[in-house]
Amino acid sequence: MPHDHHDHPHSLLPSDPALRVKALETILTRKGLVDPAALDAILETYEKKVGPHLGARVVARAWSDPAFMAALRQDSTAAIATLGISGRQGEHVVAVENTPETHNMVVCTLCSCYPWPLLGIPPAWYKSDAYRARAVREPRKVLAEFGVTLPEGQKVRVWDSTAEVRYLVIPMRPEGTEGLDEAQLAALVSRDSMIGTGLAGAPA
Amino acid sequence: MTRVHDMGGRYGDGAVVPEPQGTVPFAADWHRGALALTLAAGGLGGWSIDTSRHARESLDPKDYARFSYYEKWIAALADLLVAKGLVSEAELAAGTAEAAPPHPGLLRAAAVAPALAKGSPYARGGGNPGFAVGDRVRTRLPARNVLVAGGHTRLPAYAAGHAGTVILSHGAHVFPDANAHGLGERPEPLYTVAFDAADLWGEAERAGDEVTLDLWESYLERA
Repeated sequence: MPHDHHDHPHSLLPSDPALRVKALETILTRKGLVDPAALDAILETYEKKVGPHLGARVVARAWSDPAFMAALRQDSTAAIATLGISGRQGEHVVAVENTPETHNMVVCTLCSCYPWPLLGIPPAWYKSDAYRARAVREPRKVLAEFGVTLPEGQKVRVWDSTAEVRYLVIPMRPEGTEGLDEAQLAALVSRDSMIGTGLAGAPA
Repeated sequence: MTRVHDMGGRYGDGAVVPEPQGTVPFAADWHRGALALTLAAGGLGGWSIDTSRHARESLDPKDYARFSYYEKWIAALADLLVAKGLVSEAELAAGTAEAAPPHPGLLRAAAVAPALAKGSPYARGGGNPGFAVGDRVRTRLPARNVLVAGGHTRLPAYAAGHAGTVILSHGAHVFPDANAHGLGERPEPLYTVAFDAADLWGEAERAGDEVTLDLWESYLERA
């Protein structure tokens, strides 16, 4: 590698993507390289267990528990592990806090790095060429496409995830949420608010 | 110099299209299969995540541009399986293979949840950081892998040759420019460096906006 001067072997597979996947699955299963039950277990993990509700738990805890917030600032990976959250593509986590002065937004311009144990599988827009190309150069125009306009005076800091560090945005706690418990707070925390393309929702 | 994946700052891509939240973002059933196969085969131990990223970046630029996200994954997986001798070109062409006993690295269903929850940490001990938080540093120009021509690197072209400020120091991490090519992990101190958007783009959307990148020590010199 790189093998630029050879034909790419993948072109030997059928051109239809669904058939390509099927063919590869057949080959790998027959060769003892993949266990079909393991494929089901992987999907079970990311379709049933791991998703943005876990990141929302972290945010709600950070909003409600100053000691947890302090631990998150000190060592985010260790702090979220105390909630039983860890794993692949979240081995090294840094939580970044939105403040009246700074709005944080996360991108991976080179591929699609994303904090899987906290947010699950990335949405298509996060992996799109448009987001990867534009988030670093014109984040405010991108935010407008999500319906977000930042207040005058708030700077944008865009985190391009170029290593194995994964960033979790801690959105600002909405006003009028003083009486809410952690579960009620977590319900206000959308996936996009933890990427930085959204804000935490107002209570109903 | 650059590859097609290095698109930060590029013009011409049009609007970002947000999606509904609250659902698992698989748009087609085969996307599920592509993800599961890639993760399961990655567990065989034949390659690192850096090698896997490089395989996607090494797709023909025409394929990279026309393939959807999971098509890139599947194409890179097929290329890697052949490159590592796990699958033959004849098997890919046939779409099937002779039955064989389980590979020693086969990821079993019972091992999936523990493996995913454990992950693969990339921090390594040692490494005396040459820079401290607050230091001004400048990135390499041009952005390139100095070990392997055309090889994998994590310094995007848009950030090459720019000065910024170290804001986080992460200790030593596996060096992808080496690890992607089987040259060992060669851990180096890793930093988060903040750049003024006006420096990167000539003009910022608003004065004071910033872009940060995670950069290994050998990408940097003191500014």
